[in-house]
Amino acid sequence: MRQDDFQPGGDRFPPTRRSVIEAVGSLDAEERERALETICTAYWKPVYKYVRWRWNRAPDAAQDLTQGFFAELLERELLEKFDSNKSRLRTYLRVCADSFVMNEDKASRRQKRSGGIPHVALDFAAAEEELGATAIDPAKIASPESLETFFEKEWVRSLFALAVEDLRKSCEQRERARTFRLFEAYDLEGNEKSSYEQLSKDYGISLADVTNALAWARREFRRIALDRLRELCASEEEFQREARAAFGWDAK
Amino acid sequence: MKFLSNRALERLREGAEVPDLAGTRYRLLDRIARGGMGVVYAAQDENLQRRVALKVLDVPGGDGDLASRLIREARVLAALEHPGIVPVHDVGTLADGRVFYTMKFVEGQRLDKYIESVTAVPDRLRLFLRICEAVAFAHARGVLHRDLKPANIMVGPFGEVLVMDWGLAKILCSGDSNAARSPDPEATVFEKPKPSALSGDATEISVVTGHGAILGTPGYMSPEQARGDVELLDARSDIYSLGALLRFILTGLPEGVSAPRVVRLDKSLAAICAKSTAASPSDRYPNVLGMALDISRYLDGLAVAAHQETLLEKAGRFYRRYRFFILLIAAYLAMRVLILLFLHR
Repeated sequence: MRQDDFQPGGDRFPPTRRSVIEAVGSLDAEERERALETICTAYWKPVYKYVRWRWNRAPDAAQDLTQGFFAELLERELLEKFDSNKSRLRTYLRVCADSFVMNEDKASRRQKRSGGIPHVALDFAAAEEELGATAIDPAKIASPESLETFFEKEWVRSLFALAVEDLRKSCEQRERARTFRLFEAYDLEGNEKSSYEQLSKDYGISLADVTNALAWARREFRRIALDRLRELCASEEEFQREARAAFGWDAK
Repeated sequence: MKFLSNRALERLREGAEVPDLAGTRYRLLDRIARGGMGVVYAAQDENLQRRVALKVLDVPGGDGDLASRLIREARVLAALEHPGIVPVHDVGTLADGRVFYTMKFVEGQRLDKYIESVTAVPDRLRLFLRICEAVAFAHARGVLHRDLKPANIMVGPFGEVLVMDWGLAKILCSGDSNAARSPDPEATVFEKPKPSALSGDATEISVVTGHGAILGTPGYMSPEQARGDVELLDARSDIYSLGALLRFILTGLPEGVSAPRVVRLDKSLAAICAKSTAASPSDRYPNVLGMALDISRYLDGLAVAAHQETLLEKAGRFYRRYRFFILLIAAYLAMRVLILLFLHR
């Protein structure tokens, strides 16, 4: 039986990952490096976009600043100074980014950096394309609140995109490629005209199969996204707060 | 990596909210409301073939503060078997790791909506007495509600009154409830939730915090509750909320909100409201029964303990209570006078 023929249950609760905030202080160099990579992977895009918009920097300058920022994060061990009781990680990183850009300006010592973040591919061209696609009105992001909102939204986009990518890989590994295609067609690319009936016709499967596959994919997406988020939080409290923010549960 | 549009983000959020009921006996029907820590859905209990309300946390994890609070809320409800308190059916953890409980599906209206259809003051007071009965029962079992407000009272199609949302309940050590064995609710710190989607106005913001901090709803929480004096809270704190609730039932205004128009309250009722919402707990009714007794006395046309009547007021009340007999005697006497006058002409 193919895995796409949905079966309820199973595949649940893989062990949750250790918080990267704890891991950056680890004595184990490998663990520390992996933690830093995880943070860079989740945050480089929001930071890049934020620098582009908040500081109105050209793409080249923003790329240098983003790389420089993450390099400094490692060099100055800024993450080890993070206190989850005082702020959220993303707010801390945003404030650090602001401070970094200001200092770079003052000292005028910005240097062309290349590869400050080991093992993390920074696809600036894609980030630039995304900036165009998000269609943000610069007039609307003048206040500190809206800057925070902007950064949060880009952070959520980055987190969800990573979770979707994980889901895609997971589906491929489990021979559930069709499930992912359904998820992609309806949840990621769907519009007002998308319907389960249409998907059922397009894929030649029953309506129940479409419903089950989408329900499974959503649950998996949720689990993966929360798992990634948990890894990026220092405490259970911070995780609860960030999960509510990421999924918009506070705002509804 | 795929770029996610704003629309895709919204869809992902919507999809992620839906709880995974696989392996349970429940089937999801509709989303009813969102609260501070989770969502309430209508669900079908497939075993018993009945509709239930399913309250589920947003975030998975049975060891978190919110999970503990939800489980505690379910246990408090289970310990409070009373017709005026919504009964809980089940509690557990879903396949996706989210803690949930199911309770009776209450079909009806929230008090603030229902009260608009009740015009007579005695009817409103009788409704209020039913709320008092439920709260008095909870107090007798050692449980304080701590968030009594119109949004947390439901009135069913047959006029049955149900006190809902015991999520902020405090279990008093002196209570004889089984729930009293649960951990102290003040041991944890929670977030400040935003107003629920169903909230009609700014007075319905529940401020949820932890040890020594503010908890309750502005306009309905007692001053000691607003100060965060959690250790000092007792039944009189709920009496303050009941007083604010009574004022709302009679005037449509919560405590502390100035009326856009002058709402005239009977002096006895105004005194009951004032006594219940006195700044100092020692000036309030000592228990809910005392307050309910005053309301009952008012309904029976008797003097209320909260108000020291003048002679004129006593006479007025005496007249209102025995109006029929007084008018009958007056008519008889008038008739006699007329007859005497007629005979002496």
